Amino acid sequence: MYDTAKTESALDQTETKISARNVQVYYGDTHAIKDVNVEIEDKTVTAFIGPSGCGKSTFLRCLNRMNDTIDICRVTGDILLDGEDIYDPKVDPVQLRAKVGMVFQKPNPFPKSIYDNIAYGPRIHGLARNKAELDEIVEKSLRRGAIWDEVKDRLDAPGTGLSGGQQQRLCIARAIATEPEVLLMDEPCSALDPIATAQVEELIDELRQSYSVVIVTHSMQQAARVSQKTAFFHLGHLVEYGETGQIFTNPEDPRTESYITGRIG
Amino acid sequence: MTDTSQQGGGPAAPARKHGETLMKLTARTKRRNAAERRFQAYGIAAIGVGLLMLVILVVNIFGNGMGAFTQTFITLDVHLDQSKLDKKGNRDLEDIKKVSTFGYAPLINRAFETKAADLDLKSGLKPKAMADLLSKSAAAQLRDYVLADPARIGQTVSFRFLANSRVDGYMKGRVSRESIANDKNISAAQLDLVDELIAEGTVRRTFNPAFIFGADASDQRPEAAGIGVSMLGSLFMMVVVLALALPIGVAASIYLEEFAAKNWLTDIIEVNISNLAAVPSIVFGILGLAVFINYMHLPMSAPLVGGLVLTLMTLPTIIISTRASLKSVPPSIRDAALGVGASKMQAVFHHVLPLAAPGILTGTIIGLAQALGETAPLLLIGMVGFIASNAPDGVAAGLMSPNSAMPAQIYEWAKRADPAFYERAWGGIIILLVFLITMNTLAVILRRRFERRW
Repeated sequence: MYDTAKTESALDQTETKISARNVQVYYGDTHAIKDVNVEIEDKTVTAFIGPSGCGKSTFLRCLNRMNDTIDICRVTGDILLDGEDIYDPKVDPVQLRAKVGMVFQKPNPFPKSIYDNIAYGPRIHGLARNKAELDEIVEKSLRRGAIWDEVKDRLDAPGTGLSGGQQQRLCIARAIATEPEVLLMDEPCSALDPIATAQVEELIDELRQSYSVVIVTHSMQQAARVSQKTAFFHLGHLVEYGETGQIFTNPEDPRTESYITGRIG
Repeated sequence: MTDTSQQGGGPAAPARKHGETLMKLTARTKRRNAAERRFQAYGIAAIGVGLLMLVILVVNIFGNGMGAFTQTFITLDVHLDQSKLDKKGNRDLEDIKKVSTFGYAPLINRAFETKAADLDLKSGLKPKAMADLLSKSAAAQLRDYVLADPARIGQTVSFRFLANSRVDGYMKGRVSRESIANDKNISAAQLDLVDELIAEGTVRRTFNPAFIFGADASDQRPEAAGIGVSMLGSLFMMVVVLALALPIGVAASIYLEEFAAKNWLTDIIEVNISNLAAVPSIVFGILGLAVFINYMHLPMSAPLVGGLVLTLMTLPTIIISTRASLKSVPPSIRDAALGVGASKMQAVFHHVLPLAAPGILTGTIIGLAQALGETAPLLLIGMVGFIASNAPDGVAAGLMSPNSAMPAQIYEWAKRADPAFYERAWGGIIILLVFLITMNTLAVILRRRFERRW
């Protein structure tokens, strides 16, 4: 998975990682996601854009079944990860979430040490046989999270004591410590300043080597900068999905055009 | 200056003209400031009344109760006369045991006689009347001493006897020559003798640990009564409450808060738990009487039953506070744990529960403090037992054998006739308050200490 040569070659092929078919999501009586069909590619950054309340976060949370924690939420349709239906009764969401990691809008490190923040996932999934292996995983994850140099001397310090940008990179490192295949990011930069945002964006671009990254963002510049594919959601519909360049320069749907030019949203 | 027509605060009207000076208060502002000052005055007055009540209460309690911690003692040299205690002279324990406390009374009379002769007192009192200055437990104290080691017979030993509650009251100012006019228990001549003995140093008022650690005593001997055994009863009950209410309460709250679906059933449960917290405690008492004693045939007056009843009472408090502290853990922590693939239980036990622990602890301590001060349910299950014996042996015996509890003991003392018991009731309240204040302080300290910020 970390073999870059192999990753580079894989980049050329467009392999479908997640495919959603006729997905409907209801919150009680509210029909939040209407008939969404989308193919998310491996080793690609896919951006979900759209006005607030359009359902992009809801849809993102369907991809690792975080919506299961909401009682009134009901999902129909098929979401396939590598061809397997993740809503199949045989699928345990816990196992799914180990494969599909998630980074949240607000940095949410555990109120524990930096080390424990990263080590928690590998520990509960039994990824390390001993302390040395765990140390290795922690270091590797922090390096990949582009935060190792800043925290290597204070791994015992609480994760909550870091700055906002550092916390978010810590959360990203925590998410990749369990070696997921897909990384979902729900507006990961909305609580960060421009410098921290740039750092996180750079990190996202690097993560593309190994993961399929899906990012929800309100910033169209961000979507344009980091993503290869963009999906525009509006009022629960997936209005348009395609190459990022094409969506931003030559959208097919008038609603997409209105949104990216700032007329709706 | 212009805006008198705008009373009642309608929508901000452009009544104020441009260019008005800020240096002068408008009538409206003045009224508003006055209202604010008035409100603050009411608040201060309310706090003042509350504080005043508290001060009166504390002064009253300590004024009435501190006396219970000291007691009057009379020191006497008693000759353990062999001719009275062991006529055969062979120190056979069985023979010595046959001498009842009545047999010891003459020794005390003799001791007083000797004392009076030594000091050349001309009180004109008979030895028996002088011996009445002592507590009725004096003879028993002598007998216990002799039975512990019969070899002491024949010696002259100095004893420190509890004084009679009237003498003690005289020392504390509760009993005076005027107040004993109709009191057959003590005479003016006896008080004269007490005065002389005080001057001589035989009668002394000192700190009395037996009040804190001792057992209750009968109506005739208020001077010997202590709260220690009922303190143990309370302790045993608290052990039961803690062992049952904490795990049950926390498990119930975690399930309700984190796992249970939100539907009409859980709503009903939630409402009922809240209502349970408001149920008068005597209702729990009668429930305990019906279920634990009449139906399950658990022993009456046992701390186990008391603990069970108080557990029922404490559960709602613990559940409510636990749920509140679980709720206060930000959902982002749960998301974070679930996001890295923790199961719901792992998320709760690894992350949510440790963060909620200080709140749970605080709630538990406050619930325990409540239970500690609860009296009504204990009256119904008979935990007002008169326990004159000392501590039970072992935890099992402590849970199952009859006992009293601190508040029940206080109630028991308060309703007895002798004013000496009244003083002990206040003293018991001081001890109970010390426990409650300690527990509440502990709760505050724990909350402060473990409070997390995120």
